[in-house]
Amino acid sequence: MTAEHDHDTTPPANKRLLALAVVLLLLPIVAILWVSTYARSGPELGGVPFFFWYQFLWVFLCAGATWSAYKIVLKARPHRPMTEGPAPEVTDGGSDR
Amino acid sequence: MTTPAASDTGVNGVALAVLIALFTLVTVMGFLASRWRRASNLQTLDEWGLGGRSFGTWVTWFLIGGDIYTAYTFIAVPAAMFALGSVSGFFAIPYAIVVYPIIFVFMSRLWSVSHRHGYVTTADFVGGRYGSRWLSLAMALTGILATMPYIALQLVGIQAVLEVIGIGGADNVIAKDLPLLIAFAVLAAYTYSSGLRAPAIIAFVKDTLIYLVIIVAVIYLPSRYGGWGHIFDAAEAKMATPNPATGKPTGTFIPNSQQYWAYATLALGSALALFMYPHSITATLSSKSRNTIRRNAAILPAYTFLLGLLALLGWVAIAAGTKPIGLDGKPNAQLVVPQLFEDAFPAWFAGVAFSAIAIGALVPAAIMSIAAANLFTRNVYREWFRPGATPAQEAKVSKLTSLFVKFVALIFVLTLDKQNAINFQLLGGIWILQTFPAIVFGLYTRWFHRWALLAGWAVGMVYGTIAAYNVSSATAAHFAGSLASIPGIAQMGYIALTAFVVNIIVAAVLTLVMRAVKAPDGVDATIRGDYFADAGDPRVAPLPPTPTEATPSP
Repeated sequence: MTAEHDHDTTPPANKRLLALAVVLLLLPIVAILWVSTYARSGPELGGVPFFFWYQFLWVFLCAGATWSAYKIVLKARPHRPMTEGPAPEVTDGGSDR
Repeated sequence: MTTPAASDTGVNGVALAVLIALFTLVTVMGFLASRWRRASNLQTLDEWGLGGRSFGTWVTWFLIGGDIYTAYTFIAVPAAMFALGSVSGFFAIPYAIVVYPIIFVFMSRLWSVSHRHGYVTTADFVGGRYGSRWLSLAMALTGILATMPYIALQLVGIQAVLEVIGIGGADNVIAKDLPLLIAFAVLAAYTYSSGLRAPAIIAFVKDTLIYLVIIVAVIYLPSRYGGWGHIFDAAEAKMATPNPATGKPTGTFIPNSQQYWAYATLALGSALALFMYPHSITATLSSKSRNTIRRNAAILPAYTFLLGLLALLGWVAIAAGTKPIGLDGKPNAQLVVPQLFEDAFPAWFAGVAFSAIAIGALVPAAIMSIAAANLFTRNVYREWFRPGATPAQEAKVSKLTSLFVKFVALIFVLTLDKQNAINFQLLGGIWILQTFPAIVFGLYTRWFHRWALLAGWAVGMVYGTIAAYNVSSATAAHFAGSLASIPGIAQMGYIALTAFVVNIIVAAVLTLVMRAVKAPDGVDATIRGDYFADAGDPRVAPLPPTPTEATPSP
């Protein structure tokens, strides 16, 4: 199992891209836990106070940020197979369904 | 199903017929599930307890969505909105937002290392990583303990629906509990025979029904009860009304500056805890590749949106003047959403809505019992009593344990006051978060010493339990809520998160002590590359079974 790579190491990664992904993931967490920035009633949207529609908005923003982070992470750290030579059976691990 | 004892509310016959029809449908599906993607041999824990580790992105989406947004969630979140307002109820939305970036980061690593080493539970991982069977046992027992009341609460969810339909009245002992007994016997039978494949199939029905019902409710009900503007006005008025018992406002419309910490810590603490629960881990490890869970972190928020709408139904009920009165004649906020549906919808659609909630209880209850059974089998039975257990023996023990776990939950609900289940669930959330340092920090570093982690866990458990016990209110002397003053900040915060911080501090300080006295570090069975493995990578060959396999060990 140890041919070209020492598998007791972390596979190489593009650190700047990883940092970008971390920022994308931290953004929604900070925004939504910083309650004082949105705990108010105005401006309303269709009768719904700001406090509520703002959090609904973050459901979508968070999903978008997480998906972007996913795409970036795939690029930042390509999978390093733990087999050497041609893999015995190439499964569709990365692209299920 | 049964002839109910005569009661003044009467039985909603049409709704009951729809419920029985849909329940029968999922029962058939549950039994047929064992044929789905049929494995050559269902008698291993990988097949029975993890569905063959074969689920793709969409199956996993339905499975995790069906698993963590439980019937009790659908009952309790709007009930909390209705009775106490946004801090107690709407925090579920920030909770279900921040949980996904958090699990995105570490769950893929847990998947990878579990794939390489064949881990079925988090306690398996902790045992392998730290070489400590005591730490592993602590993780396993915490998981089982936290899951049991959660299963019991799924039954409470079914009971709420049955009560609004008008069956399960107090007059006749047999008629009272019979529907619940039937539902549970059926659930136990197909979980036993099909394993995780049963809830995976049924989750499709459950989630489709839930989406349908909530979307219809959110489009139709506001127009019927005066529009969103009126609904929020009615909620604001109710929340500002003084509570006769305490003289303070009934609840919170929008958190004030004294409640920011409470709102944020409830959301963060619950989010950190959610994927420590065994049933979340089981659903995650059943996926077929490292990236399945990452993709799901981006698409699972669809359920969060739904949960937000559902929470607001608690306030729609305020505008609608819904009166959630139990069959015993006492007000019970838990009944508010079923009651709203029965009042506002034609009987057949109310039946669909009730089915969505009742089936919504079956999926998580099945996965929770499987997860608890896996923990018992791997980390108690095999680790401490029969190290040479074969895969077939493991599967057998797990199947029997899943029956036992459900049976205990049933006894719990039928014999004890419902409040006990809710109290234990509150404690369960506090307890399960105390497993986070050993599991998640362990995915990144071996810096923490195994004994220090065990000590931190123990201190967190004790601190959290005592703090929760001491929370009192006008109506309850103990376990009155999840919030207590955070030492040193003088703000109210979620007890679980405070205990978690105490846990980490103890673990860090004792790690330094252990290093200083050169306490023996356990053997780490994993290598760094394990945390990045994907489906095509070879598994680490399991240790050869011990020759004494057939003879029972002490």
